[in-house]
Amino acid sequence: MLELQALSRHFGGVKAVDGLDLKVAEGQIFGLIGPNGSGKSTTVNVITGLLPPTLGRIVFRGRDLASLPTHLRLRAGIARTFQNIRLFGQMSVWQNLWVAQNSAEDQARQGFFARWLGGQAGVRQEISQLLEFSGLAHKQDELAANLAFGEQRRLELARAMAAKPKLLLLDEPAAGMNSEEIGQLRERILKLRDGGVTILLVEHVMELVMGVTDRIAVLNFGQKIAEGTPAEIQAHPAVRKAYLGGDQP
Amino acid sequence: MDFYFGLAQIIGVHTLLGLSAYIVLLTGQVSLAQAGFFAVGAYTAGMLTVLAGWHLVPALGASALTGATIACAIGFPALRVKGLMLVIATLAFGEGVRLFFFNFDYQIARGDIKVGPLGGEGFRQIRFFPEHGWTTGEVMLFIWAFALAAMALLWWFDRSRYGSVLRAVGEDELAAQSVGINLTAVKVSAMTVGGAIAGVGGGLYAHYTTHIEHTSFNILVATFALAYPIVGGLRNVFGTLLAVIFVQAILIEGLRFLGDWRNLLFGALIVLAMNLRPSGFLGARRRA
Repeated sequence: MLELQALSRHFGGVKAVDGLDLKVAEGQIFGLIGPNGSGKSTTVNVITGLLPPTLGRIVFRGRDLASLPTHLRLRAGIARTFQNIRLFGQMSVWQNLWVAQNSAEDQARQGFFARWLGGQAGVRQEISQLLEFSGLAHKQDELAANLAFGEQRRLELARAMAAKPKLLLLDEPAAGMNSEEIGQLRERILKLRDGGVTILLVEHVMELVMGVTDRIAVLNFGQKIAEGTPAEIQAHPAVRKAYLGGDQP
Repeated sequence: MDFYFGLAQIIGVHTLLGLSAYIVLLTGQVSLAQAGFFAVGAYTAGMLTVLAGWHLVPALGASALTGATIACAIGFPALRVKGLMLVIATLAFGEGVRLFFFNFDYQIARGDIKVGPLGGEGFRQIRFFPEHGWTTGEVMLFIWAFALAAMALLWWFDRSRYGSVLRAVGEDELAAQSVGINLTAVKVSAMTVGGAIAGVGGGLYAHYTTHIEHTSFNILVATFALAYPIVGGLRNVFGTLLAVIFVQAILIEGLRFLGDWRNLLFGALIVLAMNLRPSGFLGARRRA
């Protein structure tokens, strides 16, 4: 599904991501963990094209993404959420989802003439489903900026899903959530996977990562120090060192 | 009565000018190029009616087209830069257009006089309205037909998905491109529509004043174009209209009795208005 080949992103002398190899298989929930500043968010930004890679390749469904700008990567099937929520705050919940319907098929459907020929019904129905999915149906006319923190996170996830992605990149979706909300988030992530979406989960909260992922890669200082199943990762000495400190192995 | 018709003409034309900046501002772009599109529209329509003998309506169509074409063409390079750099780039464009017309001569003999643009002297005798016997009231209605059409068009945009996309780009470009919005297409299209509206406004302006010159399109005009939607607020097109009425009717005409003190109060009142209504008369909806 997604393959990173020797991917690097340097900021001056800082190697935020350094020679990262990663393979995410279709239908997987793949966890990407690591301490603060280990390059997780940079990896997401490079995959979505917000930052060009310094070196290396990103291959998505057999296609090199190098030449694609961000909005075309979304249309190719890669959607994301942001670590710091980035909603369109002065627009309603409903409008936030409306403007995000940009999948390849929507491009045809949202066209000028298609809309006059009754394409709107399907659009509205899909937005209703997304609102239902994220439990925001009763808030559809509320400004996004007025939502509570947890609701904003849910709306951002729904907005990413509005483009019907094949690969969803979640950048710390559980940050600032309580246990109950994390439980609901886990349910939603599993539901999305069952619906055929591959998920790359970048996360700090071990409670979520260990319970939901099929496979985990651990980053430290931009390099992958371990990869395996959640059980393998929990037992891995290098991972314990990176998280708990101490001498390099 | 003619005084009020004349004032309504000015308000109508300036509404078009303000709306051309309004749609660009929705995408978060601060453009000082609108006076340039206004100038291009004015000279285009003027030359077509005076030199080519066209009727005004098709001439205004040509103004819209040239305004849109130039806006689209400068949109691609200009919108690659952001913030203050964009302000400077569009300012440079506007001044470039003004200086072009400062040097632009194209006169032909009409009987014993010569007509057409003559550099710094300007372009005199744009006499379509008097030659066709239009009264001030009729001209006012004609101008307002275009102003209302532009307001209706932008109102409809605002209600459509396109309007939401414009606002999404204005709020957060990073998030907008991450949800699949093509920033370049959205910004250039907004600039193009703005160019067309400014072009029509310029064409109308040339004909009701009957005399245009390069100073009619200076940086002050560009500043006014930008000030209307900012003072009026971006919730909808009526904010821009209100701001035009506030500035043209109340500040400029209403305070005339103050003589030289007017300019001082003018600035103070705009500052006061912005302090009382920081997001404009009709501000964007805000936190409850």
